[in-house]
Amino acid sequence: MHKLLETLLIGLSTGSIYALMSIALVLVWRSTRVVNFAQAGQAMLSTYIGFEIASRTEIFWLGLAFAIAAGALLGAGVDFFFMRVLFKHAVSGAAAVVAPVIATLGLLGLIRSIVGLIWGGEFKSIKAPASTDGFTIGETTIPFSALNLLVIGTVFSILIVLAIVFQRTNLGLSLRASAYAPEIAQLAGIKTARIRTIGWAIAGGVGGVAGMLVTSNNFLSPYSLDLLLVFGFIAAVIGGLESMVGSVVGALILGIALTFILNYVGTSLVFIGGFVVLILVLLVKPDGIMAKGKARRA
Amino acid sequence: MSLNVSNLTVHHGAICAVNQVSLAVPTGKLAAVIGANGAGKTTLLRALSGLNQPTHGSIMWKGEKIVGKKPEALVRRGISHVSEGKSVIPELTVRENLELGAIWRRNAKESKESIDQVASIFPRLGERIQQRADTLSGGERQMLAIGRAIMSKPQLLLLDEPSLGLAPLVIEQIFQTIRDLTTSMNLTVLLVEQNAMGALKIADLGIVLNLGKVVAINHAQALIDDPAVRAAYLGY
Repeated sequence: MHKLLETLLIGLSTGSIYALMSIALVLVWRSTRVVNFAQAGQAMLSTYIGFEIASRTEIFWLGLAFAIAAGALLGAGVDFFFMRVLFKHAVSGAAAVVAPVIATLGLLGLIRSIVGLIWGGEFKSIKAPASTDGFTIGETTIPFSALNLLVIGTVFSILIVLAIVFQRTNLGLSLRASAYAPEIAQLAGIKTARIRTIGWAIAGGVGGVAGMLVTSNNFLSPYSLDLLLVFGFIAAVIGGLESMVGSVVGALILGIALTFILNYVGTSLVFIGGFVVLILVLLVKPDGIMAKGKARRA
Repeated sequence: MSLNVSNLTVHHGAICAVNQVSLAVPTGKLAAVIGANGAGKTTLLRALSGLNQPTHGSIMWKGEKIVGKKPEALVRRGISHVSEGKSVIPELTVRENLELGAIWRRNAKESKESIDQVASIFPRLGERIQQRADTLSGGERQMLAIGRAIMSKPQLLLLDEPSLGLAPLVIEQIFQTIRDLTTSMNLTVLLVEQNAMGALKIADLGIVLNLGKVVAINHAQALIDDPAVRAAYLGY
């Protein structure tokens, strides 16, 4: 019984971090039609900056704030300096589809090398912002800790802020309209290029939070967020790639499923488990769990 | 003349879609643009709203040269374009689609007033204000698209085939609404239509395009009475 509860709780905590990465990917995908592999690098560099601040000031939250700011700047920068230029040259055809994705892969490599040059390749860690000791229920202690609770709380606060921005503000309406129907948005007077860059900035900031949270009790290296990108992407696909709500639900399902595999099957199968979940969802609901009937886009 | 187009040429790659078009529409008048498929009607509208850039020629709107300006700049100068098909965003609610039209004005109070205005013109939209746009009928979607254009307080309204895919009775209503709006809001309107007869009946002047060129431009009634136009475009 304790094991089941602990699996669900830990799964929720893990899944909520996947949710952030997943949202970052979905935001970029639906505004730009690009799967942004560089997101792992952007989040990683943001986390390095956050770590630097957090370890110097010993204030985790200040580090988190810097990671968000760095992530947002990086995201906006990638769109402004790379995507805009690329789309100017590759307007249509195969090049327009492939070039931006390849560019994000290239950027991922570039960011890694830069981080390697500045911080070196060794593992870094910081003091976790909350206790990592498990809570005790009656006689037993479960691995679910105050840190896990803090992660869930932080993620859900961010999700609520995002929901308010997207559903209740003019900026949110502009972001959604520009993503769903750029031409109609443009005819309504929205400066779609600027809005898209803001979308990338939000995605980058959210990715920075994901990086900080996942590494708060772990080691940071130039490669340490790759797995987060993979699981975030799987969660986004489960959610149908278009829907932010879908990607959150997908991420929670994935987090819980993987924790089940971890606790009941074995550590070695976790990575494969992610893909098994993905394949199962794609076989049963290829347009994602949020799809009603036909997908809007082919 | 509030809208003055001269020698306008627009290319799609190698194809010349609009070829040396000159036309003028006075303030407060409704001009119907008719012609067969591929005559360049849609391209003409897209050039006027800034979606397509002309190869050469000039467009004057209220005494200002507007060639080269982007759609978002032209909306701010009173030009509102309802593009082809049911130009609404299905994922958004009726209210959100309408709010979109007023978003550049950054004025919540004015936006609310405009929503009330649209709801009084199209009561059906008022009743469905919280519904998602994809739950609307074809006619209601067209009303919503026009409603969104009204939200931006237009002076020049560019309408691309508002009758497309609608039932005859609904088409009649939409056309009547367009006529009424033109008069009551003193709009200048360019109405592109396949339904040539319906459009000419409500229009002040008619412009016939063929293969990208203006082949006739006259009072709408004169075109309806012209045997050549009747034979080629009105079907009798």
